[in-house]
Amino acid sequence: MEIPTSRWRPRLPRTRGRWAALVAVLVLLAGAGTWTAVADDSAPTVHREDRMMRMNGVSVDTSYFTAGGSRPRPAVLIGHGFGGSKNDVRAQAEKLAADGYAVLTWSARGFGKTTGEITLNSPEAEVKDVSGLIDWLATRPEVRLDAEGDPRVGVTGASYGGAVSLLAAGYDQRVDAVAPMITYWNLADALFPDGVFKKLWAGIFVTTGGGCQKFEKRLCEMYERVAVNGKPDAAARTLLTERSPVAVADRIDVPALIVQGQSDSLFPLDQADAMAKAIRGNGAPVAVDWIAGGHDGGDAESDRVQHRIGQWFDRYLKDDKGADTGPAFRVTRTGGVDSTDGAALKRGADGPTYPGLTSGGKEVALEGRRTQTFRNPAGANPPSVSALPGIGGGLSQLSSLGVGLSLDFPGQFARFDSAPLGKAVRVTGSPTVRVTVKADQGDAVLFGKVYDVSPDGKQQVLPSQLVTPHRITPGQQGRPVELTLPAVDHELDAGHRLRLVLSATDLGYASPAEPATYTVTLDGPLTVPTAPAVKTAAASMPWWTWGLPAAGLLVAAVLLLTTRRRSTVPAPDPDLAEVPLRITGLSKKYSGSTDRYAVRDLGFQVEKGQVLGLLGPNGAGKTTTLRMLMGLIAPDAGEIRVFGHAIRPGAPVLSRVGSFVEGAGFLPHLSGRANLELYWQATGRPAEDARLDEALEIAGLGDALARAVRTYSQGMRQRLAIAQAMLGMPDLLILDEPTNGLDPPQIREMRDVMIRYAAGGRTVIVSSHLLSEVEQSCTHLVVMDRGRLVQAGPVAEITGSGDMILVTTAGEVSEPLAEKVAVLPGVGSAVRTDDRRGLLVRLDGATVPGLVAELVRLDVPVTGVGPHRRLEDAFLTLISGGSA
Amino acid sequence: MSPATELQSLAEAPGYQARRTLPLRVEAMRQLRRRRTLLMGGVLAALPFVLVIAFAIGGTPGGEGGGRGGSRINLMDVATDSAANFAAVNLFVSAGFLLVVPVALFCGDTVASEASWSSLRYLLAAPVPRARLLWSKLVVALGFSLAAMVLLPLVALAVGVAAYGWGPLRLPTGGALATADTVPRLALVVVFVFVSQLVTAGLAFWLSTRTDAPLGAVGGAVGLTIVGNVLDAVTALGSWREFLPAHWQFAWADALQPDLEWSGMVKGAAVSVTYALILFALAFRGFSRKDIVS
Repeated sequence: MEIPTSRWRPRLPRTRGRWAALVAVLVLLAGAGTWTAVADDSAPTVHREDRMMRMNGVSVDTSYFTAGGSRPRPAVLIGHGFGGSKNDVRAQAEKLAADGYAVLTWSARGFGKTTGEITLNSPEAEVKDVSGLIDWLATRPEVRLDAEGDPRVGVTGASYGGAVSLLAAGYDQRVDAVAPMITYWNLADALFPDGVFKKLWAGIFVTTGGGCQKFEKRLCEMYERVAVNGKPDAAARTLLTERSPVAVADRIDVPALIVQGQSDSLFPLDQADAMAKAIRGNGAPVAVDWIAGGHDGGDAESDRVQHRIGQWFDRYLKDDKGADTGPAFRVTRTGGVDSTDGAALKRGADGPTYPGLTSGGKEVALEGRRTQTFRNPAGANPPSVSALPGIGGGLSQLSSLGVGLSLDFPGQFARFDSAPLGKAVRVTGSPTVRVTVKADQGDAVLFGKVYDVSPDGKQQVLPSQLVTPHRITPGQQGRPVELTLPAVDHELDAGHRLRLVLSATDLGYASPAEPATYTVTLDGPLTVPTAPAVKTAAASMPWWTWGLPAAGLLVAAVLLLTTRRRSTVPAPDPDLAEVPLRITGLSKKYSGSTDRYAVRDLGFQVEKGQVLGLLGPNGAGKTTTLRMLMGLIAPDAGEIRVFGHAIRPGAPVLSRVGSFVEGAGFLPHLSGRANLELYWQATGRPAEDARLDEALEIAGLGDALARAVRTYSQGMRQRLAIAQAMLGMPDLLILDEPTNGLDPPQIREMRDVMIRYAAGGRTVIVSSHLLSEVEQSCTHLVVMDRGRLVQAGPVAEITGSGDMILVTTAGEVSEPLAEKVAVLPGVGSAVRTDDRRGLLVRLDGATVPGLVAELVRLDVPVTGVGPHRRLEDAFLTLISGGSA
Repeated sequence: MSPATELQSLAEAPGYQARRTLPLRVEAMRQLRRRRTLLMGGVLAALPFVLVIAFAIGGTPGGEGGGRGGSRINLMDVATDSAANFAAVNLFVSAGFLLVVPVALFCGDTVASEASWSSLRYLLAAPVPRARLLWSKLVVALGFSLAAMVLLPLVALAVGVAAYGWGPLRLPTGGALATADTVPRLALVVVFVFVSQLVTAGLAFWLSTRTDAPLGAVGGAVGLTIVGNVLDAVTALGSWREFLPAHWQFAWADALQPDLEWSGMVKGAAVSVTYALILFALAFRGFSRKDIVS
């Protein structure tokens, strides 16, 4: 191999094209960099003051958060959840403070360091404390005032803290906006829904508060009474209702962002529904946001919700008209699982108005026996299972994915199935159904649930794991009653069924311990709310899902368009149309060597019908020249024209050139014949032009043609490659060292082939480092060495005529002797060689034997007689010079 | 005939047209009978049989039909429920690595092997224009890659029907897809896996134009896929990982959810297509100006 390679050498950008491409890429990167830098700007430092405040007979533990400057700003109060303390909301407080609010958090009575007993937001206790905090805020210089003693203030908080925000807005007219989260409107409805005691949650509620003794005495007694009886009484209802926001329903008239959880069996969506209706009725702006999580667990979507609350307060406290308060109604829907981290995927759906729980009612007929009878087991045991407070979060999350755990015991429930749904139905709100219920004794307590049943009927899913309890008193029995079922947002696929189950028991509730038999008669279809105005937002894709491919396309286009064009294609030269090859000023340096030229300033011309020998020692630049001729490598300077057309990579005129350069190149797994056929097909030319049989005859491979090329010997490949070069009988045939690996008879045959080929007016170029090879078959010669042209011309001109004889002698030949020889008959001339130990004789009619006889007669000490080859002398000199 | 047109007619051999050189059919024929092609096809076609035997020996995965509620469920648990599930499991076990190999092989080997056989220079001197050569080779290599990815689920479906019967696709998250939806969803999986492997294809193809060692190009592409997987495991990279193609390699599982979830697949496809476009452009750019010395 005479060509240095540099495949893995890193190259610096050096052409204009490369620079352009590089710049384009840098611009894109810089764009990404700016974006990162913007996203990175840091928040101002938040200052926190902790302080115990005496008010209303208790000591309230507070934290006050501000950031930057003393400019008047609105204030925000953040309440904490039941069983927690002010520390739970610190992160949210710091964030709001950094956003330009004066934020006050506090621990409610009985929690954290705050003293006093828990009264569940009594107007005289916890709610009054909030007014005290607002009084304090009004004294702060950095808090913006609407009037003397009336600061601009919003209240937010989750659960217990959410309720106090509503209550504060009801009792204290200074509150300007609220954002209650997952909280209650009427605690009596939440804990005693339809007169059924929600025993599991109530117990957890009391325990979370630190036990009954931490509560106000009245409350503790009430709880213990109800828990023992398993049934709430009127006094209990009244007590809890008085302390709930519903008590001041007509006085809450500030903008309210209501965030409620879908996975919430403690404060279900109907609590938010009542809240929204009442506050909107008072004329205040209301937005409702159903998050995925809730008290049962699941994703609380804290980041999104807190951001939305910030926007809400920006709009209604800072009076920032540009703040995006979001849609009037939004619901988070769970799509599936993120395959990259296994997290549930969420997507928002929203509507222009809050649809309520019964919008877009669609009637779904229920099949099966209309009247069903089942038992309430003694002791209400074993109970059906739906939501499991505390550990149920994962379950209600799974229900949206089509998995869930819920149990009904045979004989303890009535079941009504719909036909398979013709198309998918999205339930948004509370389905309702009319039934007639009878019990053989006392109240009938039923737990209503609506399952999503898979087409094969094997799997049933209880959306959000929710049930609604219903107490049907003897007075209501025997007449149709309307049951409102759990409020959910759930999609049923086409082919699924709706299944209404009315169960006698539920683990989370207290139901009658006396055994009873219930009879349920269906009185109508299931009415399913669909909230048609609520549309799922198209999945929001980050900008780069389209930006990145577009940028990629741009970079790709830049890379392709800035590719350095080989100098513009020179026009064909009509004068050279009949000249198979003309090379002028050709130079090539490989990038590995800066000083050494592989070919330097080479020029020669080949005419039609010639067999041109390209002769030179190894490394002379023959193969490099031929590669440039084939358009495989680009010359640094100079020009190659074939039939007048300049050569560049893939120049069409190359289709008139057949080549065999530096060994065969075949697909080893294919047969010789298949290789040639596929090669010809790759040229795209008509099959009949290939003249395959003639080429195969030259190859002379016989039966071996059907064998895979990998089994061929070197000589066989060589012959096949030459046959491939001759496919289509090209006008110019290039053969590089064609006789390598051939045996003498084959070499002889190859010579004949070349001579015959050129005889038809075609042209052959043969390169070799062996004089004997080219001398016998070529008409013309080009001699190269170290990249340069040494000599060019007809063979005869270079080798001299055939009648020049070299006579070598044993001793020196004297001048007179040489003259004697010169005048012999039939001798044209005779000159002494440079070393004087020989004579160069040109025969002019004399024969060699005749000459030898004459020389012997003249006493010339002849040691040898042979043809004189000037070329060989020159060539040997070149080679020896090259290796010296 | 005027001299000019006469000269024009001599500009190329009769019947030669650059756009007809190296037709896709010819390139496909050249590649089809190679041992690596046949071996790859054989491995992919054999995998379903291997799995059937494995399930037959090891028993039904996931134990009994019940008791799946609650705990995390994977595709393996429902592998033998139906032919569709079996096909999905075949894709699941092979998408991470086994399907990377044919793509890297077909795209990485295509130019480099011609260079190593020396046949590249004869094609270029035929002359097949360089862009045309790359285009044919790329299309055929991608076609073979796609064929490999289609072959696996097809064989798996056939084997699955024989072994477990035809039925709806039971989803790992619970529920089942209607029978009519099954084949389109599986097709979507194959399409996404293919698109997500375009980046491997691009890398392998680019390397293939840079080196004469076919194994270098194939190994380089597979190696970088592994590096990508390793980087994706570095959770500290946070959202930067979203720009790693490997981050989305299992996004096709979104097609097997009750509600078809597009976002992961769209993102994954966007990332893959972006890298692939640039790498393909680099390949064409580099090759168009390269000195062919092989």
